[in-house]
Amino acid sequence: MRWLVDNFDTVLDLTGTHLYLSLLPLLIGLVIAVPVGSIIRASRWARRLTLVVASIAFTIPSLALFVTVPLIAGLRILDPLNVVIALTVYSTALLIRAVPEALDSVPPDVVDAATAMGFGRFRRTVTVELPLALPVLTAGVRVVAVTNISLVSVGSVIGIGGLGQLFTQGYQRNFPDQILAGIIAIVVLALFFDAALYLVGRLLTPWTRTRRSGGSRVVTERSAAGEPT
Amino acid sequence: MSIVSDAVAYILDGANWSGGVGIGTRLLEHAWYSLLAVVISAAVAVPLGLAIGHRRRGEVVVVGLVNSLRSLPTLGVLTFAVLALGLGLVPPILALVLLGIPPILAGTYAGVANAPATVVDAARAMGMRERQVLFRVEVPVALPLILGGLRNATLQVIATATVAAFVNLGGLGRYIFDGLALYSYDRVVVGAILVAVLALVADGLWALAVWASQPGTGRLRRTPRV
Amino acid sequence: MIRFDGVTKQFPDGTTAVDRLDLEIVEGAFTVFVGPSGCGKTTSMRMINRMIAPSSGRIEVDGRDVASVDPVALRRGIGYVIQSAGLLPHRTVVDNVATVPVLTGTSRRQARREAMAVLERVGLDASLATRYPAQLSGGQQQRVGVARALAADPPILLMDEPFSAVDPVVREDLQKEMLRLQADLEKTIVFVTHDIDEAVRLGDRIAVFGTGGVLQQYDTPDRVLSSPATDFVASFVGRDRGYRGLSFRDGSSVPLHPLSTTRAESATEVRLEPSEWVLVVDEADRPRGWMDVTGLEGVRAGHSIDESTAAGGSLFPEGGDLRQALDAAISSPSGIGVAVRRDGSVLGGIDATEVLAVLAAQRGTEASERSRAFTESGPAAG
Repeated sequence: MRWLVDNFDTVLDLTGTHLYLSLLPLLIGLVIAVPVGSIIRASRWARRLTLVVASIAFTIPSLALFVTVPLIAGLRILDPLNVVIALTVYSTALLIRAVPEALDSVPPDVVDAATAMGFGRFRRTVTVELPLALPVLTAGVRVVAVTNISLVSVGSVIGIGGLGQLFTQGYQRNFPDQILAGIIAIVVLALFFDAALYLVGRLLTPWTRTRRSGGSRVVTERSAAGEPT
Repeated sequence: MSIVSDAVAYILDGANWSGGVGIGTRLLEHAWYSLLAVVISAAVAVPLGLAIGHRRRGEVVVVGLVNSLRSLPTLGVLTFAVLALGLGLVPPILALVLLGIPPILAGTYAGVANAPATVVDAARAMGMRERQVLFRVEVPVALPLILGGLRNATLQVIATATVAAFVNLGGLGRYIFDGLALYSYDRVVVGAILVAVLALVADGLWALAVWASQPGTGRLRRTPRV
Repeated sequence: MIRFDGVTKQFPDGTTAVDRLDLEIVEGAFTVFVGPSGCGKTTSMRMINRMIAPSSGRIEVDGRDVASVDPVALRRGIGYVIQSAGLLPHRTVVDNVATVPVLTGTSRRQARREAMAVLERVGLDASLATRYPAQLSGGQQQRVGVARALAADPPILLMDEPFSAVDPVVREDLQKEMLRLQADLEKTIVFVTHDIDEAVRLGDRIAVFGTGGVLQQYDTPDRVLSSPATDFVASFVGRDRGYRGLSFRDGSSVPLHPLSTTRAESATEVRLEPSEWVLVVDEADRPRGWMDVTGLEGVRAGHSIDESTAAGGSLFPEGGDLRQALDAAISSPSGIGVAVRRDGSVLGGIDATEVLAVLAAQRGTEASERSRAFTESGPAAG
């Protein structure tokens, strides 16, 4: 604990880098996965193909990705862009599974009614299906955020910045306090963003807060489990 | 891309498979670490998930536990454990177990808690004891989700078991770390490819298990003699 | 005007949902598609707004083939109500109702104003407007669904079992509401249900569908009940079709007899033979219940009037039909039906056998008219 207090500025600095490395991929992943995920629902083979590719991308160990991406992209290994690209690949792979699943959770009779009322496909997806898919989608985004924040630290074994540095340095110098500081910082960060995203999700879905609506909490659990479908 | 082709050539060369530090040994070590970690995680998480899921109370506990464990950085836990307990098998296994518990716990809890309330109710009304309700009704229905959680955990553990090599153990991570130290990037790619393949094979087996366990489809079940 | 021309729908797994349907619906008619599940009634209706495309044949709306127009524009001009209401859960009630006008370009403010008016029309309180659908009861949600369908004032309304998911009391309210609306608006309505009573109550014409998507009969409710075209229709309409058919017969010629009544206070003064009954009425002369000898003794012994009277049967209202007359007589504990005026006060008593005599007389008149028409215009008529 002493270490954390004494070296607070360093930790803060590393936190900044760490956040940038873990959340930017999440954003990019969302920007890619939401439109693509919505579109592939239309064709069964497209959906299956995308899921298979995503599963493969997901099984590649993070460390391996951190190393092979620079080779492919021609960057230096220590370039933070590697981590961003690698984690973007992960985040996209995870989200591109979560988006169709979230859209599937929208009650089909609502979609049917919307189509029958005369909503064009695009308008229906954007103004009806996506908002209603938000609760399940937020659960998926939360998992990706927490996982990313944890994964970035693995990159420190090959010298990438972020709070993981506290682990490698602490290990080398035999300073368990430093490692502990890193663990605490990451856990706090991850739980903070998890809570923040949860609140944002609730804010965006005022209709789920009304008296009679049933709980979708157990559904959230399913997506939180992150199991493949 | 010559690095990749070098790596592939290395893997395909039979000579590299044998011996104390050959591909075969490394694969087995890696598989062993992963298996051990997943089994221990399951031993902890499955009973816990079954108990809380069946009672359908304490959901907050599950969510809290899963979230907190998920946010624990594996590398941090690993290095801390080594400094505290010394080098050996325990620290990496401990770190991997903590990694494996969240998906298994979440999947088991979700599977059991989501068993249709009407079916559970009917089972109780028929006179089944709580344990029978759990094992004869809820678990079969929950099996796909439980196995899905195990599948997820296996994937993450196999992918992360590479860090064992960081603390002087074996496994496929050795190729990655040794390769980095020697600047032989083809070696690093060898490690990456082998881990990916191992993970895909394990994933494939689990996918089969999940598919076969879908309740009501009778897949791979013995038909009773009539 | 909606026309089905040789329409068939076959699904990929081989099932024929609709089989060579030929049907014409005139403007302003309330048409009910009725039949058991899987008979193609919903499928047929959904082909009108092109939610399903026919395998062969054409559907015309106002003379134009629906396959040739832009589906989105087509649907905006047709109202659609489904069983679960299908309300958008993430929009408030008023925004739900305003959906189609907004889609067609009306400003949101204007659309909301119009929506409030429609809400009132379907009998909903304005205070519900800012609530979310999840906060409303099933019956209220259904009314919002109807309001939403009416909001853009479409000439055609499609309704798919809209009242099946609510309890019978609410259902009857909604049916009455529907009839009242239709009397005002005169839209072309296609209504799907599996309930023959609902069909008979609501429809100007009924289309009975059988298994395999074959149209069995397309006729007025009266004729479906009295002359079912096939055995299927006869059995679908059920065992009580004769009884149900009475509801189309005028009951004004049923003779009414004076009833012996008494006020609750003067009950003890009544004299009754062993099998006689007396009707107890309140100060406004409205029926409260029937009292027989046993009840009379009970009142004399000090029991309350309510304990000593048997609940009455259904009442025959002024201007009612033969079914109501017969039911009033049969369901009454005394065997005498009670006819009441519009204000609820007792008008007279009805005898069941006399109701049947009226029925026989009506039938006799109809038979002679039929044979006269037959002899006048030859065998082809009738």
